[in-house]
Amino acid sequence: MSNLKGRNLISITDFTKEEYIQVLDIAEEFEKNPKQPILSDKVVATLFFEPSTRTRLSFESAANQLGARIIGFSDPGATSVQKGETLHDTITMVASYADLIVMRNPREGSSRYASEVSNVPVINAGDGANQHPTQCMLDLYSIRKTQGTLDNLNIALVGDLKYGRTVHSLVQAMCNFNATFHLVSPTELKLPSSVKASIKEAGLKYYQYTDLQEIIPTADIIYMTRVQRERFADPMEYERVKDSCILTGSMLQGCKENMKILHPLPRVNEITTDVDKTPYAYYFQQAQNGVYVRQALMAAILGARE
Amino acid sequence: MDTKKELVVSAIENGTVIDHIPTTAVYQVIRILGLENHEDEVLIGYNLESKKFGKKGIIKIKNKFFDHDDINKIALVAPFASIITIKNFNVVEKIQAEIPNHIDNIVKCMNPKCITNSEVIPTSFDVVDKENIKLKCHYCEKFTTKENIKFCE
Repeated sequence: MSNLKGRNLISITDFTKEEYIQVLDIAEEFEKNPKQPILSDKVVATLFFEPSTRTRLSFESAANQLGARIIGFSDPGATSVQKGETLHDTITMVASYADLIVMRNPREGSSRYASEVSNVPVINAGDGANQHPTQCMLDLYSIRKTQGTLDNLNIALVGDLKYGRTVHSLVQAMCNFNATFHLVSPTELKLPSSVKASIKEAGLKYYQYTDLQEIIPTADIIYMTRVQRERFADPMEYERVKDSCILTGSMLQGCKENMKILHPLPRVNEITTDVDKTPYAYYFQQAQNGVYVRQALMAAILGARE
Repeated sequence: MDTKKELVVSAIENGTVIDHIPTTAVYQVIRILGLENHEDEVLIGYNLESKKFGKKGIIKIKNKFFDHDDINKIALVAPFASIITIKNFNVVEKIQAEIPNHIDNIVKCMNPKCITNSEVIPTSFDVVDKENIKLKCHYCEKFTTKENIKFCE
């Protein structure tokens, strides 16, 4: 078993397969008993340089339930960042106030840089379009919890597969578990060839579709994402394809019994609300699992759990 | 030609000769190796005739020797360069430049959203494809390729 104390989590590739599983096992324990004051002597700084509802609240709820104190900001406009302070100086200062830094920053690579500047561990809560590793870990947790395993699953990824960082990270992570990938997207938003290359390198298979209905009978997991208007240079093109990746209740006939629908949220219209009451909808529990996974990460990195 | 080249090479007593540099890349090589700050003699030639390349550049640096890792950085702009080490007027080593596995603080990241383009941070890349020149940014993890390489100022 690895000792995760003092480690940074910046990119999904920073942890080994065994280390993900170790964190998921700890998260299971927190799911059974989430309120444990094991970090009551710790200060966690949450630095959100851009707005985030779910991720920030999830981290802060996780830290609170473990008894940690929280400092930080959710609006850099009210801080010295607005006065032109460099990230280097902000991080150096905050590292002297806290035992752990959780950071979201729109500039890509900022979390890796922060981890090199900081003398306390850094968890990346999203650096632009680059990485959001705790989202990936809560996705893995949700998959394992609903399927009883991470191995040999049919994973369907739907929507914006080109720009969706959660999709790229999930593919990278699931390549460790002999998954078969079913990729459903408009032609303009296909999975980038570099990510497909990592599937091939792992010796695994992927299939591409433009019609969501085709994957319903095969999928163990349907991972939905939002198709954003701003991704299209041509607004007409957006109008043409925008409804091609919408999942409705009536489409679910003939799906596997164990199938679960995940979504990193926020949802707009890509899953109609009639799906919410079906036994296949799992996206809200998925968001709740984020708290347990973040508790596990903070506890392991701060040395309170192995 | 070869005889003449040998004469040029042996003209410094001790130091390094970098031959077969594309004429257009001579000043980039100087910058990459920091030769602007070298205190001893540096002789620079370009638009010299070359049977192999048509025109070429050459740089001779007196009393300066390089680690292979350092000198290999020039392979980004001069992939066919020869690096010749001279001691007591004799060629003691001649190697071909080879792109190293890691490149620090030479190339800019092509991603405008990368932190290295908004704060003063030395860039850092892993070379993931030496043949086609594909560099992965240590920070933003995006790829910079041969077509969009720009050098740090």
